[in-house]
Amino acid sequence: MTKLPKLAWTRPREFRAAPFPVSSVTRSGWSSIAKALGEGQVTLLSLWGEPKAVCMALHDAQAHRVAVARLVLSKGDFPSVGRHHAPAQRLERTAADLFGLTVDDAPDTRPWLDHGRWEMAHPLGTAAPHSDATPYRFLPVEGESLHQVPVGPVHAGIIEPGHFRFTAQGETVVRLEERLGYVHKGIDRLMLGATLDRGAQLAGRTSGDSTVAYAMAFAQAAEAALGTEVPPRAFWLRGVMAELERLANHLGDIGAICNDAAFAMMLAQTSVLREKVLRAAATAFGHRFMRDRIVPGGVTTDLNRDGEARIRVLIEEIGERFPLLVDLYDNTASLLDRTVATGRVGPELVKRFGAGGYVGRASSRDFDVRRDLRYSPYDMLNLEVPLREDGDVNARVWIRIREVEKSCALISQLLSLMPQGDILAPVHPAGSPVEGLGLVEGFRGDILVWLSLEADNSIRRCHMRDPSWFQWPLLEAAVEGNIIADFPLCNKSFNCSYSGHDL
Amino acid sequence: MELIWNLLLQGAQMMVVLALAPGLTGLVRKVKSRLTRRRGAPILQPYRDLARLLRKEVVLADNASWLFRVSPYMIFAATWVAAALVPTFAIGLQFSWTADLIAIVALLGSVRFFLALAGMDIGTSFGGIGSSREMMIGAIAEPAMLLTMFSVALVAGTTQLSYVVEFMASGEVGIRVSLGMALIALIIVAIAENARIPVDNPSTHLELTMVHEAMVLEYSGRHLAMIELAAMLKLHLYVALIGCIFSPWGIAPNDSGPGELLAGFVFFLGKLAAGGILLAVFETSIAKMRVFRVPDLLGAALMLGLLGTLLLFVSRSL
Repeated sequence: MTKLPKLAWTRPREFRAAPFPVSSVTRSGWSSIAKALGEGQVTLLSLWGEPKAVCMALHDAQAHRVAVARLVLSKGDFPSVGRHHAPAQRLERTAADLFGLTVDDAPDTRPWLDHGRWEMAHPLGTAAPHSDATPYRFLPVEGESLHQVPVGPVHAGIIEPGHFRFTAQGETVVRLEERLGYVHKGIDRLMLGATLDRGAQLAGRTSGDSTVAYAMAFAQAAEAALGTEVPPRAFWLRGVMAELERLANHLGDIGAICNDAAFAMMLAQTSVLREKVLRAAATAFGHRFMRDRIVPGGVTTDLNRDGEARIRVLIEEIGERFPLLVDLYDNTASLLDRTVATGRVGPELVKRFGAGGYVGRASSRDFDVRRDLRYSPYDMLNLEVPLREDGDVNARVWIRIREVEKSCALISQLLSLMPQGDILAPVHPAGSPVEGLGLVEGFRGDILVWLSLEADNSIRRCHMRDPSWFQWPLLEAAVEGNIIADFPLCNKSFNCSYSGHDL
Repeated sequence: MELIWNLLLQGAQMMVVLALAPGLTGLVRKVKSRLTRRRGAPILQPYRDLARLLRKEVVLADNASWLFRVSPYMIFAATWVAAALVPTFAIGLQFSWTADLIAIVALLGSVRFFLALAGMDIGTSFGGIGSSREMMIGAIAEPAMLLTMFSVALVAGTTQLSYVVEFMASGEVGIRVSLGMALIALIIVAIAENARIPVDNPSTHLELTMVHEAMVLEYSGRHLAMIELAAMLKLHLYVALIGCIFSPWGIAPNDSGPGELLAGFVFFLGKLAAGGILLAVFETSIAKMRVFRVPDLLGAALMLGLLGTLLLFVSRSL
């Protein structure tokens, strides 16, 4: 066992209400954290670059605590974490793309988000014009009678762009290699120097289907950094919005997975329910996806009696109709034949990658930010986290089904216990540079927001890490050994974000 | 005069299949939409789609060979002839001596051959995947179809469809085990051949799961119109074939007058609608199979066809 350097481990109660204490580490300390990650002592939450520094967020699952390590760089190079811990590789490549940092001894030196088509190279570092782009080299595959199938980045359906390079032997997938970065929007650079309000807007536009979760994580980070006292009612309203978002997305996903097995009936039925959720959200909060409703300091829209009644009716309706759909899923043998044992991910992989959400919980990784790194309003609620061990498409469907039921229960609890009072508190500048961490359970899994603020509250650095960062690599593993025709099913059961990942 | 009348009737038969085929596809789509709580496009939409495709320009890959350009017409022509040979509203038409069961199977086989070649012609990976899957399905579906035809031919004592239908309609047949097996086998083959769920999904956008659609992904404009129309004709062919052999009622016999012909036509419309609705209901209630499970399904059809034929050798009355 490698000995970890001394880190300021922080419990949720502390980091949710106060600026985050960052631990400075030396190069050797950084390397020993990398080795400890490789040994599985702690879980990697994220890794990101800063001007003249790199940071790593770590999670100690047993003790329910979090730490952030920072290595200040004198020469612009840092020891590779990916060498010891594969989940860090893409994050490192991204830090290299954005800041022009050099990763020493890196196992993979290819660019990741930068395809050579941006106006400038290293937009957050030196921001020089691009030198001639070299073609991207896909990993070599050797063997008898293999053929390659390139898919994307533009797909036939209305989905986001991403390139998948399959190497197949007949119909069996030998290797899948992903290439992402096609929807890079430069959010990290847009955040530089932005005001808090603008930052909250940008955060809410990082991944459209998780706009509530992102805005909530950003608000958490800002409120923690500035020590803002948020009115209790705002927390409860945020909880309602977050659960409505989870409901809508899970309902859509359950139908879409079945539709990819050509069972259109399920999609038709769940789409109706999803639409009802969105319409209830529009009535209650004035926007179907509840975008820009959560800001640092609270929420912008209060829930009136009509909206509350509308949500209660919705929950009742889902309670009546959803069990029938679950029965339909469970009793359609031809559908189960497709989902059971397809796209299996082992528990060791999920644990190593620290994959959150349904991907992790379907492969026995018992982790949910709402329960394990508690935040308001979930610290006052009764929350059960569903867990399965089989790790296949079917398990991921079932985790979603159970979470739909749990979300309905949570919304009922939230509505009946909601306190009265203000919904928005003023946010005052801290007067000196501060840093805060936001960590929220979105519908895909844990979303991390790291926020560094200047003395006047303008943003010095905002790093947002989508749960998909640790799920995309597992999709490559899940597809291996399956047939090509089952890839859409596996992909939909992961439903990773392109936009949130490409930033 | 009689020859002219016969030729007119034969011409009417060819036009009827061409005119009704897109409508059948439209009906299946409409019923499927209604079953999944959607309003769905009008039944006439496939006609409009075909007209639109015919007006559009063709986008050809640079490396497309003559085969790629010729195939759509070959495919369409062969399918049209095959579909027109199956009796719809009347039997004993001018060309019915060519309406041999084996000839129909052979025509469809050559359609598959050209389609698979065209799929591989451009050299894209999806075309190759589609062609290889299609040949895998065809390798079992074709013998299954032939065996089914043999059982029917053994019962009727001929492979001429007109005589088969006449015999089936005559009431001498009664209920036979071998024919029941042949019917089930033929339905399975029809589902596989027409790229319907659970073998293939005609409405999917997932390029990796396609069979038929993957082969024709590179086609556009009038070429695509030809191929789409051929696919619609094929669906029509199978519904008509199952209809005329296993429910021959209402088909106008030899030398019948206009009244009987009209009645035959109305009966035929009813059969088409029933076939289309049953197909839509079946497709809605089942998910697609894994590609490698398809041979199991088709293998069942093959075995049923074989059993039916063997039973007829054991006893003429089965």
